[in-house]
Amino acid sequence: MFRQATARLLSRSAAARPKARPFSTDLESAPAADQAFVDAWKKVAPNMDPPKTPLSFMKPRPPTPSSIPSKLTVNFSLPYASELSGKEVDMVIVPATTGQMGILPGHVPTIAELKPGLMTVHEGNDVQKYFVSSGFALVHANSYADIIAVEAVPVNRIDPNLVQKGLAEFTQKLNSASTDLEKAEAQIGVDVHSALSSALSG
Amino acid sequence: MAMAALRREGKRFALSSPNPINVLRSSLAPSEEQMSLGVRGISTQIVRNRMKSVKNIQKITKAMKMVAASKLRAIQVRAENSRGLWQPFTALLGDIPSVDVKKNVIVTISSDKGLCGGINSTSVKISRAMHRLTSGPDKESTYVILGEKAKAQLIRDSRNFIELSITELQKNFLNYTQVSVLAEEILKNVEYDALRVVFNKFQSVVSFLPTTATILSPEVVEREAEAGGKLGDLDAYEIEGGETKSEILQNLAEFQFSCVMFNAVMENACSEQGARMSAMDSSSRNAGEMLDRLTLTYNSIVDDAECGAFNRLRIFGDLPRFGPASSNSIVGTQ
Repeated sequence: MFRQATARLLSRSAAARPKARPFSTDLESAPAADQAFVDAWKKVAPNMDPPKTPLSFMKPRPPTPSSIPSKLTVNFSLPYASELSGKEVDMVIVPATTGQMGILPGHVPTIAELKPGLMTVHEGNDVQKYFVSSGFALVHANSYADIIAVEAVPVNRIDPNLVQKGLAEFTQKLNSASTDLEKAEAQIGVDVHSALSSALSG
Repeated sequence: MAMAALRREGKRFALSSPNPINVLRSSLAPSEEQMSLGVRGISTQIVRNRMKSVKNIQKITKAMKMVAASKLRAIQVRAENSRGLWQPFTALLGDIPSVDVKKNVIVTISSDKGLCGGINSTSVKISRAMHRLTSGPDKESTYVILGEKAKAQLIRDSRNFIELSITELQKNFLNYTQVSVLAEEILKNVEYDALRVVFNKFQSVVSFLPTTATILSPEVVEREAEAGGKLGDLDAYEIEGGETKSEILQNLAEFQFSCVMFNAVMENACSEQGARMSAMDSSSRNAGEMLDRLTLTYNSIVDDAECGAFNRLRIFGDLPRFGPASSNSIVGTQ
C-alpha cells in the first residue's frame, strides 16, 4: 500500500516539478545542444559539474505567433544600462546603414547594422527620440526587436553649440589629414557630427 | 611578601638544582606579574605574542572584508545593467557549446589579486577540462588568459598552448571602451573558429557559477546555418546594409564578442569581490576563534601559576593579598 502511495507521489511530483520551477529552461532549441555538451563533458571530467551556458540565464523568447501581433516588443540595450526592456510599442525607426528603417509588428526577420543617427520609438502618440552611435538591430519573427548600441543619448540632452564646434573641428581635421588612419578617424567624426546636427534639426 | 617567598624558593632551588641561575633569570621578567610565575613566565609571553598577532590578523581581514563589500556594491549595479547586452545575440544565434570546430580558443577570465577564495582555481579547472574536451585528432585549442592568477596556474602545464595573456585589467575603472579594444586585440592576433569565454557568473554574494559562453566565427555560423539545426532559421533573416552577408556577419561576430567579454569581465569582477568578502569573513571568524582558544590557554596558565604561588605562600604562612583569579588573567573574551 505504501509502495503504491510513494509511487503515485513520485510520479505526481515529477509531473508537477517542471511547472513548479519558475526558471525552467524549456526553450525550443536549447536542450539538444546542451545535452550533447553535458555528455561530452562527463566523459572528459566526470567529477566536475559542467559550466553553465548563457542560455540558462535567459528568459526564453516566445515562439512565432500565427497571426501578426498588435504590438512590437522592444529591447534596447547599452553596455551600461538597458534603456528599454520588453517594452511594447507601435513602431520603431532605426538608422540603418541603408537609411532610416521602420520596424512594425510582423516585420520580416532582419539583421541590420546601424550607423550614427536618430532613433525614434513610437508608442501611441508618445515619441521618444534617441541619438545612437552605432550597433545592430535584430528583428525576430515573433515581433521582438533587439537594438544593441554602444552609446545612446536622448536628443534633448545634446548641446547644439558643441555639435557645431565638433563638426567644424573634424572638417578641419579631415582637410589636414595626411595618413589614411587620420583621414578615416576624421571622416568618422564628420559623419557623427553631421548626423547629430540633422538629428537635432529633423 | 611574594619576593620573600621567591627568595626562599630560590634558596631551596639553589640547594637542589645544579643551575640556580636559570630559575632566577626566568623570574627576572619585565613585568610584575611574571615575577610571581617563575619558570612559566616565558610561555605566557609566547601566548601573548601570538594573541597580539592573531588580533592584528583579525583586524586586517575585517577591514579587507569591508573594502570588498563596498567595491562589490559599486560594481554589482553595473554588472547587472550589462546583462541585457548579450541576450539579443544569444536569442539570435543561440549558444552551442557542443559545436565541433577545428580551432578553439579558450578565453579564461580571472583576477589579478589573490585572497579571493576558490574562484580562480575553479576557472582554471574548467578551462583545462574544456581544453581536453576540444582537443582531438584534428582539432586544437589554445588559451587566451586575462588576469595574473590564471596565468600563474596555466603556465605550469599548458605553456605551449597560451597564445596571449593580459594582466592589470582593473587598474582603470572597467568600461566598455577598454574591453572593446581588448576584444579587438584578441581577434586580431588569434585565429579562431570558436571562442569560448570561461568566467564566474555572479549569482549572489555567496554563489558564483562557472559559465562558458561560446562565440562562433562568421564562417562557422554560415556553415551551421546551412547544416540546419539550431541556426537553421538564420537564413530567414534579411540582411540590411553592407555589401555582402558575410561582412555583416563578421561585424556581428566581433560585436558579439566585445559585448560578451564586457559582461563576462564585469561578472567576474563581481564574483571576485564577493568571494573575497566571504574568504575574509571566514578568516576573521577563524582568527576570533583562535583568539578565544589562546585566551583560555593564557588564563589557565596564569591561574595555574597563581594557584601554585598562592598555595606555596599559604604553606609558608604568608597569605597573599590577591587570590588565584586575579586581575592578571584576562577575564572574559572580546
